[in-house]
Amino acid sequence: MIKATNITKVFGENTVLKNISASVKQGEVVAVIGPSGSGKSTFLRCLNLLEQPTTGEIFMNEQEITKEKTNKLEVRKHIGMVFQHFHLFPHMTVLENVTYAPIKVKGLSKEEAKKLAKQLLAKVGLTDKLDAYPNRLSGGQKQRVAIARALSMEPEIMLFDEPTSALDPEMVKEVLDVMKDLAHTGMTMVVVTHEMNFAKEVADRVLFLDDGVLVEGGEPESFFNQPQTERAQDFLAKIL
Amino acid sequence: MNLDFSQMVPYIPFMLEGIWVTLKFVSMSILVGFILGTILALCKITKLPILKGLADIYTSIFRGTPLILQLMIFYFAVPQLSGYDTSPFLSAILAFGLNSAAYVSEIIRAGILAVDKGQTEAAEALGVPYKPMMINIILPQAFKNILPALMNEFITLTKESAIVSVIGYLDIMRRAQIVGADIYRNFEPLLFAGVIYWIMVYLLTQLGKLVERRLRHSD
Repeated sequence: MIKATNITKVFGENTVLKNISASVKQGEVVAVIGPSGSGKSTFLRCLNLLEQPTTGEIFMNEQEITKEKTNKLEVRKHIGMVFQHFHLFPHMTVLENVTYAPIKVKGLSKEEAKKLAKQLLAKVGLTDKLDAYPNRLSGGQKQRVAIARALSMEPEIMLFDEPTSALDPEMVKEVLDVMKDLAHTGMTMVVVTHEMNFAKEVADRVLFLDDGVLVEGGEPESFFNQPQTERAQDFLAKIL
Repeated sequence: MNLDFSQMVPYIPFMLEGIWVTLKFVSMSILVGFILGTILALCKITKLPILKGLADIYTSIFRGTPLILQLMIFYFAVPQLSGYDTSPFLSAILAFGLNSAAYVSEIIRAGILAVDKGQTEAAEALGVPYKPMMINIILPQAFKNILPALMNEFITLTKESAIVSVIGYLDIMRRAQIVGADIYRNFEPLLFAGVIYWIMVYLLTQLGKLVERRLRHSD
């Protein structure tokens, strides 16, 4: 469904991604893990063109999206994204946050958008917060609204950029539970995460990045039990 | 010390008329300054060097020369070039509006840059085009933050509007001078004018507080 070939990203003098190739199949859940600064987030941000790769191509449904003349906004309509720091629109209520893009971008009527938003907010367990402003919500609630907001565009694939890293420990579970539910509905997901248990339980495949290089990838079971490379072994030894 | 307001009494309606005259061009100037200032601010944050350069030059010129000079150019000098007489009213709106736009654009630019970059990314990730993103997401947040600075600019403009008296525009200030010359007493009409300005600014300040409170409802 989405395929990256030989992605390199250079920021000034720093090469953040080095020749990364990876693909994600329809319905697959891929966890991207690795130490801080390994380029995980940059890789994810390349997938929806928030960062333009310096070299390399990205294909979505066989279409190359890294071409100069690609309509980025059109591509992003089909790719949902959830950020570490939520980035909800603070001046809009929960319901407005979730209805905004369907109305403005997809052209849904207000009633249709509201109906859809209410369904999604029920799915993430926030039916009672429709008219609340984001700053009245806990971190976990904010992130669940952010997930509903991304889903409101009915994307084909969802990208998660460390969705639980900014949360208090007791709120991590509620967000991971929503993500698990989403995975079970067959949503294609790419998740940058430090939650190894989530990667083990939910992911179909794990990609391990270190220093901008895709060092190792494979099924969670074999990756966590028998990592092939020394770097992966080091990393897992430190965190598990 | 001999203050005598009784001689001024017949002139009070004449002075009060000045309030409307002043408000008329000040409100128009604020509007021009605000709209043009917003456009200039958007030019300044684009990646297009031409727009950015033009907006910077504009700001530099209008901030770098005295307002009274700009006013006199519009009233006295432009007719000489164009052969078309600019009325005091039009000259005042042009000078104050264009001048204010330079200051407003800097305030708004700072306000936009202060909005978390994540907001832009969140909007982009949802596929929201530039225009609705600016209008619905970035600018409302920017305005909330810069409202005090913006009010300050509007208050300054209201007070500085008194210099239109140099082109003979019959605002509050000019009327005070006329009354002063008529009754051979200057203190009373000037004091009266001062009180009017103070009340206008006071009301403007209250209006600003009201708007600020309404914008804070999401806090």
